[in-house]
Amino acid sequence: MNDAHLTNGTTDVELLSFRLADQEYSVDIMSVREIRGWTRATPLPHAPAHVRGVINLRGTVLPVVDLSTRLGMSPVEGDARNVIIVVQVGTQSAGLLVDAVSDILALPRSELQPPPELAADAAHSFIEALTIIDGRMLRVLDLAAVLPDAAAEAA
Amino acid sequence: MTHDPMAEIRASFFIECEELLESLQDALGQMDAGEHDQETINVVFRAVHSIKGGAGAFALHALVAFAHRFETVLDELRAGRMALSPEAIKRFFQAADLLQDQVRAARDDAAEPAATEEVLLALEALSGVSKEAEAEQEPVDFLPLGLKLDLGFDFADSAETAAVAPWQLRFVPHAGLYTSGNEPLNLLRALAALGSAIVHCNTSLVPEIEALDPEASYLSWDIELAGDLPEVDIREVFDFVEDVCMLDLSAPDAGAPPPDLPPEPVIPAPNITAVAEPAPPATAPRAPAAISGPLAPQSAKEAEHTTVRVDLERIDRLVNLVGELVINQAMLAQSVTEAGIPTNSAVMNGLEAFMMLTRDIQDSVMMIRAQPVKPLFQRMARIVREASAAVGKEVRLITEGEATEVDKTVIERLADPLTHMIRNAVDHGLESPEARLAAGKPRDGVITLSAMHRSGRVVIEVQDDGGGINRPKVREIAIRRGLIAADTTLSDAETDALLFLPGFSTASAVSALSGRGVGMDVVRQAIQSLGGRVTITSDPGRGSRFSISLPLTLAVLDGMVVQVAGETLVVPLSSILETAALTGDDVRALGPQTNVIHLRGSFVPLYDLGAELGFRAPSGTYVGGIVLLCTQEDGSRAALLVDAIMEQRQVVIKGLQQAYGRIPGVAAATILGDGQIALILDPADLVHSATGRTRVPDLPLAG
Repeated sequence: MNDAHLTNGTTDVELLSFRLADQEYSVDIMSVREIRGWTRATPLPHAPAHVRGVINLRGTVLPVVDLSTRLGMSPVEGDARNVIIVVQVGTQSAGLLVDAVSDILALPRSELQPPPELAADAAHSFIEALTIIDGRMLRVLDLAAVLPDAAAEAA
Repeated sequence: MTHDPMAEIRASFFIECEELLESLQDALGQMDAGEHDQETINVVFRAVHSIKGGAGAFALHALVAFAHRFETVLDELRAGRMALSPEAIKRFFQAADLLQDQVRAARDDAAEPAATEEVLLALEALSGVSKEAEAEQEPVDFLPLGLKLDLGFDFADSAETAAVAPWQLRFVPHAGLYTSGNEPLNLLRALAALGSAIVHCNTSLVPEIEALDPEASYLSWDIELAGDLPEVDIREVFDFVEDVCMLDLSAPDAGAPPPDLPPEPVIPAPNITAVAEPAPPATAPRAPAAISGPLAPQSAKEAEHTTVRVDLERIDRLVNLVGELVINQAMLAQSVTEAGIPTNSAVMNGLEAFMMLTRDIQDSVMMIRAQPVKPLFQRMARIVREASAAVGKEVRLITEGEATEVDKTVIERLADPLTHMIRNAVDHGLESPEARLAAGKPRDGVITLSAMHRSGRVVIEVQDDGGGINRPKVREIAIRRGLIAADTTLSDAETDALLFLPGFSTASAVSALSGRGVGMDVVRQAIQSLGGRVTITSDPGRGSRFSISLPLTLAVLDGMVVQVAGETLVVPLSSILETAALTGDDVRALGPQTNVIHLRGSFVPLYDLGAELGFRAPSGTYVGGIVLLCTQEDGSRAALLVDAIMEQRQVVIKGLQQAYGRIPGVAAATILGDGQIALILDPADLVHSATGRTRVPDLPLAG
C-alpha cells in the first residue's frame, strides 16, 4: 500500500503511529525529533497532572507530557517498555510519554478526515484528523494543543 | 523593509557604532584628564566621522545631520582653531551622549532625542562655526577653508606658484575605494581646497568597452599641488582611504626648491620615481604595503589585537555542551568507582586527567562569555554627568578596574541597580558645593566606581566623598515609618542596613532624580537575584561606600544539594544563613496549621519544603528534622525543612522558563552527576508564595 503511494507520487504526509492503552494515535513525523527510552522525570511543583516533569535531553531541560493523562485516560505506568517521543512545535520542544511506538505510515493527505464534533469527549479537541489504516482507526494529534500551556504560548 | 542583506549590514553598522562610541567616550575621557595631543583628538574626530559616513549609507538623515555638525566643530578643534576649555569638554561629552541617543534612535526607529539643537548651538558658539557654513550638507571630507594661501602673498600669483616647486601626487584608487563608498572627486576637491592644484586624469588603462569590468578601477590621477604645504595635510585628505588606494607623494623637484618656502615634512617623503604598478584588477587584495610608505606600519599595528564577533547563541550552545561534558564526566567517574577499579590503575589516572581537562575547558568557556565592565562604567559616567547637572553639583567620576571581566548577563542586569546607586550617590551622598566648601572639602565631589576580582567573585564599589550616612536621621526616619521600635538599640552597621528596608528614603525632599519610591531595597533585590550581596560602609563626614559582591557567572552556582520527599533539590548557598537540627524545644505551634521555631531568642516561621512544593502532605512531626535558615529580601528569616543535606557543590544552571515557564519558588534547574535533573530553589520567592502549613489540622481536609 505504502509503495503504491510512493510510486504514483501522491504521498504527502508521513505519520509516526504509537499506542496509548488500546488506542492508536499518530503525529506528523516532521515534528518528531527523536524517540528515546523511558527515564524518570523530575516532578515539577504545582504542575498540572499531565506534566510528568522534566528530563535531561543531552544537557537541555525537556518537559515531559503524559499523553495518556492529557487525553483523559489513566496515567502511563512508566517502565522500561514505555518511550518518550521528543517533538518540536515552533521553537518549543517537549517529550510525549506513550506506551509504545508502532509504525511509520505514509499516506496522501486526502485520506485524512476531520474528526466529528462530539462535545462530551475531552480528548477530541486534541485530535486534528482521523484516518483508517488496514481497518483500524488512527488518530492524528494536534501537537500544539497537547503541549504544556506555557510551551504552547511560547511557540 | 524586506528581508534583505541590507538589514544584516545595517545591524553590523550599529554594532560598529557602539564600538566607535566607546572609543569616542574613551578619548574624551583622556582629553578630560588633560591629554590634548593630536592623536586623541583624531580618535574623537574619526569616530564621529565614521558614524556619519555609515549613517549616510543607510540614509539616516537625522544622525548624519547631527554627526556632521559635531564633526565640523571637532574639525575646528583638530585644526587648532578652537581652545579645549573645560567648558568645551563638557559640551563634547554632552554631544557624545546625544550622538549615542541618535544612534539608538536610528537603530530602533525611535523618535529623535530632544535638546540636540541646544547642545549643538552651544558647541558651535564655542568653536565659532557659524550656522551658515553648516547649511551645506554636502558630505565633503573636509570643508574648504580658504586660508592657506596667505604665505603666497609675497609672490606674484600664478608665476610664483609655479616657482614654488609643487608636490607631485599620483593617486591610484583600488576597486575597494569605490565599493567602500568613497568618491575620488571629493578627495580631489579637498586637495584643491588645500592649494591650487593641477589635476590630470590618466585614462590610459581604460580598456575597450567589451573588456570593461564596470566594478574595476581603471582611472588614476596625477596631481600637482602648490608646494607650500606640510605633507601631513596632504596625507590627511586620504586618511580614510589609505588602505584602498595607492598614493605616491613625492616632494617637489629636488633641484629647485627655494630654501625658505617648503615646510619640513614631518615624515620624509618616500622617494618614488616612475610608477610601474598597473591598475589592479577588481579582485586584487590590498596593494603591496611598501607603496604607502609611512602608512604601512599603522595597519600592521592594528592587526596585532584581533577579535572575532560571535553570535551569543553559539557561545551559549558551547556552554551547554561543556555543562553536558561535566555531567558526563561525573557519571563516568561514578560508574568507574562502582566497577571497583583500583585507584592507581591506568583508567583512574586517565579519568583524573580527563577531569582536569574538563575543568579547564569549563573555565575557558566561561571566559568567553566574560566581558569587561568598561561599557557599563561608561554608561555610569553619563549618569553622573546628567545627575550632577540636574542637582547642580560638581561631580567628578573616577573609574577603576574597567578591564575587570564579568559574565555578559551579569553586566546587563547590573546596569539598573548601579544606575540607581550612582544617582543616589550624586543626589544623597554628596553635599552641595557650599556645604562642601564649608566643611573644608574641595568644591567638586568625587565618586569612585571600581571593579575588582576578589576570591572568585567580582566586587563593584560605588564610593563617594560626601557627608556619609546621617545615622541619627536614618534612625529617626526608621522609627517614624514604623520600621523599627523607638527603643531598639542598633549598631552603626545595623543602622546603615536600614537603608535597604522597603519604603525607606533619606532625602527630606523627594527630588526629580531619585526618591521616586524606588529605594535601595529594589537595588538589593536586583543584586540578590543575581546571586550577589550588597553592603554599606560609611564614615561620617568622609563619605560612604556601597560594595556589591557578585558571582563571576550566572552559568554556575554554589548550591547545597538537599533531599526532600525523595527528590533532590538545590538551594543556592548565598541565601542560606545556617543549618540546624531541631530539638523538641525548638518547634512551637503558632496557629492551627503553622509552627515557628525558636532560635536564639527570636521566632522564625517554619516551612515544610516537601509540602510547599506539593510533593507530600505536611509531616507534622519535626523533632530531629533539619532546617535551612534562609534570609529574605526584607532581612527577615525563614526556616525550610528538608529531609537530608547531601553535599555542597557547584552546579551548572539550566534555564527552566524557556522549556516550561515560570514555577513559583523555582529559580532554575540543573543536571546532577547521575544525569537526573534537580530543581534549583529560589527560597525568597518560595516563601513569598508559601502557605506555611506545617501541621495536619485535626479535621482531615478533603482531597
